[in-house]
Amino acid sequence: MSNIAATAAPSSETAAALPTRLAKGFVDRLVIIVPYLWLLFFFLVPFVIVFKISLSQTAISMPPYTPVLDFTDGVSGFLAGLRELNFDNYTWLTQDALYFNAYVTSLIIAGISTILTLIVGYPIAYGMARAPATVRPILLMLVILPFWTSFLIRVYAWIGILKPEGLLNQMLLSLHLISQPLVILNTYTAIFIGIVYSYLPFMVLPLYSSLEKMDYSLIEAAQDLGCPPTGAFWKITFPLSLPGVIAGCLLVFIPAVGEFVIPDLLGGSQTLMIGKTLWNEFFANRDWPVSSAVAVILLLVLTVPIMFFQQAQARAQEQGK
Amino acid sequence: MIRKALLLSATSAFLTLFAAGGHAEDRVVNVYNWSDYIDSSIIDDFTKKTGIKVVYDTFDSNEILETKLLAGGSGYDVVVPSANFLARQIQAGVFQKLDKSKLPNISNMWDVVSERTAKYDPGNEYSVNYMWGTVGLGYNVKKVQAALGTDKIDSWDVFFNPESLAKLKDCGVYVLDSPADIIPAALKYLGLDPNSTSSDDIAKAEEALLKVRPYIRKFHSSEYINALANGDICLAVGWSGDVFQARNRAEEAKQGVEISYSVPKEGAQMWFDQMAIPADAPHVAEALEFINYMMTPEVIAKSSNYVLYANGNKASQQFVDKALLEDTSVYPDEETTKKLYTVKPYDPKTQRVITRTWTKIVTGQ
Repeated sequence: MSNIAATAAPSSETAAALPTRLAKGFVDRLVIIVPYLWLLFFFLVPFVIVFKISLSQTAISMPPYTPVLDFTDGVSGFLAGLRELNFDNYTWLTQDALYFNAYVTSLIIAGISTILTLIVGYPIAYGMARAPATVRPILLMLVILPFWTSFLIRVYAWIGILKPEGLLNQMLLSLHLISQPLVILNTYTAIFIGIVYSYLPFMVLPLYSSLEKMDYSLIEAAQDLGCPPTGAFWKITFPLSLPGVIAGCLLVFIPAVGEFVIPDLLGGSQTLMIGKTLWNEFFANRDWPVSSAVAVILLLVLTVPIMFFQQAQARAQEQGK
Repeated sequence: MIRKALLLSATSAFLTLFAAGGHAEDRVVNVYNWSDYIDSSIIDDFTKKTGIKVVYDTFDSNEILETKLLAGGSGYDVVVPSANFLARQIQAGVFQKLDKSKLPNISNMWDVVSERTAKYDPGNEYSVNYMWGTVGLGYNVKKVQAALGTDKIDSWDVFFNPESLAKLKDCGVYVLDSPADIIPAALKYLGLDPNSTSSDDIAKAEEALLKVRPYIRKFHSSEYINALANGDICLAVGWSGDVFQARNRAEEAKQGVEISYSVPKEGAQMWFDQMAIPADAPHVAEALEFINYMMTPEVIAKSSNYVLYANGNKASQQFVDKALLEDTSVYPDEETTKKLYTVKPYDPKTQRVITRTWTKIVTGQ
């Protein structure tokens, strides 16, 4: 997972023996083609279907939209359909500030949650990586263990902890730390707690894998040369763990933008996120075309910046060499 | 109507995989009904009597059911949508007409209910009633007494009057996250037609709801059951049977929480959950047998006694628990019944206005 940012570096080895190299190349390609097929069938094909629906109109029928760009009338029918394509559903999204606001709110919530998860997750991963080798598998197990319970049940459990008469407030009240129950449930704070809790393993695991590989003699060298521990951390440990940081942040940020369950259960009614907007279009309005358009835009909002980011990363790595 | 919208959808998706299969020689019926909506011994009895295996699966929101039906090939033989959703689904060609000759028990049905469901399903050709209920006010008697000085709520005024609701803000108010239930109630309170699709009227309903919005803690369609039962909130605008479930849970918990339900005197919405057979159902004969069995007076009475909703079966009333039958908030008396109204499904354009209005009320945007 830690290699998400490190795009495949071009192999610059010189030809030793041509036949073996060709055979190896074939096997390499075969290995590479599997993920490509995976992406084709489970990403590109569904995306094309969603995109196609986003260009149609709603109808009272099964399925609830007008067919668009299909081959029932042969190739000429397809071409005629192509000329009649309209992007009304996309212009619709620009006419109501609701969609823009929902996208922005989602990005902000996901951004803040990602930073919080990093702050919480980094020390955990660091501690795990520095723990004795015999203890590490147990610690790793403890990080993964919560996945054995249903995600929904764990989020429901937070309702019991955070509610006004919940565990947290009862504890704080009995310790006389507060005199009035804290209002946490149904606020943004509860959403952040929910996201940080749920996505923490996705941050810890890539961080751990990059920190574990680190050569700690570098730190010793830095300290021998008179660098204080904080300086050594920021100059050596952190830069070396950067691939893990980036991978972890992307793994948290991307699903958090489209998160629906956590804001629905822990957030207040006033929370407007794109997941809820999409749900409303799809289920309440039964407008599959508009909800498909919302989904396509969401994908663009997420992938375009990430692609640029990856390119920049690859370039930086090239220069670093 | 998002009921327990998430908890069960995962299981139901999983079970569908199995429901779609089934051997040719075994007689099977795949039933898809609301969660917590049947006494499970009824299913066992049906299998014992007929030898038909029931694959019983549950959903928690009309929207989830509708999306599966519209996508087609759901594999279900009997589904139970609410009537206003059913009406639109009939138009979309989702259901097949019921073969009444296979449903002799249909003579047990109650005209008071059938007359009303015919508005959604003309001639009741596609569906028969399972349960029905109202949208009203569930409240915590002691907390309301403390805040308002009365333990009897009988009017929408408690909710739509900002001065009154402000007093309940601190003890907590939940509202169904369901515009098709709440906007008609607002229109009724304002003396307008609850079925109005005029944008002026909808704007008036929006204004009325925005006035009380600051005092509402949350819009959610299932959390209020537990919130009421635990004493976390003092008022909920909710579905009758859900409030009765909250009342029973509170009684079982013995924490001194007392819950009551009121059908407001201005009038309340009546809703109906209808049994129907999808057009592409794989086991139509078994589905008809199941529906006919569910219309047996003793059987449907057993179900009502368990889920605490009224049913649309006249002949069953002699088997319904006396306490339930005499509870006017479950089986309203004649005078109250006159004030109950039904809501027609919205056309797509109005639906969009309603959803947008609702988002503004709920999120402020």
